[in-house]
Amino acid sequence: MAIEIKAPPYRVFNIAPAIKPGAMENSKTFLANDKIQAGLGFPGQEVEDWHDRAIGKMGELLGKYRSLKVYMDACVHCGACSDKCHYFLGTGDPKNMPVARQDLMRSVYRRYFTLPGKIFPKLVGARDLTRDVLNEWYNYFHQCSECRRCSVFCPYGIDTAEITMAAREILDAAGYGQKYSNEIIGKVHVIGNNLGLPKAALIDTLEGLEEDVKEDTGLDIRFPLDVKGAEVLLITPSADFFAEPHIDSLIGYGKVFHSAGISWTLSSMASEAGNFGIFIGNYEQMRKVALRIRQAALELGVKRIVVGECGHAWRVAYSFWNTLIGVGDGANDPYAIELQKQLDHRYKQPMHICELTWDLAERKIITFDKEANDKHIITFHDSCNVARGSGMGDMYGGQFEIPRNIVKAVANHFHEMPDGTTHEQTFCCGGGGGLLTDDLLDIRVKGSLPRMEALQHVVDAHGVNFMACICAICKSQFTKVLPYYGFDRRLIGGVHQLVSNAIKLGDK
Amino acid sequence: MTMTIMFAVLFYFAAGLFAVGLIYRITSYARIPAPLKIPTTPAPRTRFGVVMLMAREVFLFQSLFKASLWTWLFSAMFHAGLALVLLRHIRYFVNPVWAWVEFIQPFGIYAGFLMVAGLLGLWARRVLVDRVRYISTPSDHLMLALLIGIGVSGLIMKFITHTDIVAIKSFFMGLMSFSINPLPTDAMIYTHLSLIALLLIIFPFSKLLHAPGLFFSPSRNQVENSRDIRHISPWAAKLESGK
Repeated sequence: MAIEIKAPPYRVFNIAPAIKPGAMENSKTFLANDKIQAGLGFPGQEVEDWHDRAIGKMGELLGKYRSLKVYMDACVHCGACSDKCHYFLGTGDPKNMPVARQDLMRSVYRRYFTLPGKIFPKLVGARDLTRDVLNEWYNYFHQCSECRRCSVFCPYGIDTAEITMAAREILDAAGYGQKYSNEIIGKVHVIGNNLGLPKAALIDTLEGLEEDVKEDTGLDIRFPLDVKGAEVLLITPSADFFAEPHIDSLIGYGKVFHSAGISWTLSSMASEAGNFGIFIGNYEQMRKVALRIRQAALELGVKRIVVGECGHAWRVAYSFWNTLIGVGDGANDPYAIELQKQLDHRYKQPMHICELTWDLAERKIITFDKEANDKHIITFHDSCNVARGSGMGDMYGGQFEIPRNIVKAVANHFHEMPDGTTHEQTFCCGGGGGLLTDDLLDIRVKGSLPRMEALQHVVDAHGVNFMACICAICKSQFTKVLPYYGFDRRLIGGVHQLVSNAIKLGDK
Repeated sequence: MTMTIMFAVLFYFAAGLFAVGLIYRITSYARIPAPLKIPTTPAPRTRFGVVMLMAREVFLFQSLFKASLWTWLFSAMFHAGLALVLLRHIRYFVNPVWAWVEFIQPFGIYAGFLMVAGLLGLWARRVLVDRVRYISTPSDHLMLALLIGIGVSGLIMKFITHTDIVAIKSFFMGLMSFSINPLPTDAMIYTHLSLIALLLIIFPFSKLLHAPGLFFSPSRNQVENSRDIRHISPWAAKLESGK
């Protein structure tokens, strides 16, 4: 297994590579052990009736998710998606084409759930679910970052992310859990965040941060924890508490709240915006993780819930929180009503930190010294879950405009990467969807190829030296893979890192 | 007369299976809940916006246009051709023939060529592009063969062998009022009709379900209003009572 991990060469022409069957068939992420599985209520690795459990789960999901049922039936193998996945472009492995990834499951669906597949399996490409098939699922459904780029191009909107999520849920039900994601979800249930930082460590970190910022600015900028009656509860990815460059954005949020005079707090119980429940496609896990936030909001009595820079967390917050836990408008069931009464509905609930910052900037409540960012020549990387799974503001495509507006308001030099690699056609960083683990480094490096090509383009054309984004996974992934492509790892950073550099604090 | 009766039975069977199968599929799609808001964003913020989006997908193949110009072109040729050809065939089922059906007759003829050309283009892609070849199953090829067979047999009757279309019309008008009128003895019409019956029969069991499927695709048919209106499915609502 000790293969040397190398970045693939840039493509000479911007076209799909020739297929290389089997190129990534040995990419296998570590399996969750029985203890990790048990923590989530999943069976362990050696379940005897794995076959029946898997097929049973598949049948259950086909009855619970219209997306899965329709997407299994509707594909015509037209090939529209075949050259859209960054993992295919980076590896050439045909099973990384979205349609072929779907077909890993569709072939089994046809065999067990459709008439032609039962009568003429060969004719329609149907096959039995064997251990080999399940292993193949495990390997290739962990080479999908659930970024949804394929769904933009599919004439029926088939979203491979939905199929990957279903596949992972079936794998979990058959005892084939992924160590990385499932271990993290377990930590959130027990401790409250993905990194397993207990409350004491959190207090320590935040106090240290206040001292650092005081040294830097001479001001008492607070990073409060568990403050009852605060206006805003900030839910941010736990990487923001200590990882580089994430922490610079956390400092940015603190300065925005300080400068605008908004009282805010973090929560030790809900010290995590990330929700890996989405990655494994499990509604109950996703809901259980999100419920910590509802509970924290109720206990702290906050009026607003704001989410920090995290891509999939914002998708869960924007698109799912109202469904899962009633954070949003229009919930009229008894369980969400208490929260509805407490929240201030003059503001969007939940709100993205970029929406908050941009609103304050537009109203001139916070102002910037753009020259402070003059050393940065900036481009913006749209994170997939923000771009294709959520929105911002009240306008169509606000998730593209608002972060860019902020960048342009706090800095002088901004350049877009080429068309077809940004906005709703953005390329994933290569590390999303539960793939941000060292045992998948090979696919992560290869999967970032299309983004690196686009970045290289603006580096060559404009001397770009800073790629801003609003996602903790993107930040960690790029920090790791940029050097493989010959870039400085500090080229990646957060939008609020730039805000932090430029925001005027002095005369408040 | 034996052939006439066989075809009459075949068409009742095929049409019945087509209708029942499709209704069954559509009701099952409609019944299965979509528990989460998953429109591919940015998505329309209003129901009207979604209707417009869906219209662009149905009539213009907007997403496919973004994906691949060649596939879009061949696919548009085939579907537009097929649509015109189908409309042209209304004349076999109504009497007197409606004026607009009369009007499109000349266009419908050439649409037959367009349709077959589009199908050949799609087939060429399936064979020549390594990615598409890799994902193709035998049924994908047979489906194209079937559709081309229908188109070509129709064109042959129009331009080469000719057939007694008055008798064919009387056969189908008869079927619709449950009486059996003789079908002309003609190998080409037997071929044409058999292939059409086969298409009707496999429709509800095959990838042809992409047609109704599109309307039920949550990534396309949902309004992006998740923060404003709570969206919850019956099975998910049951979880609420636990907490």
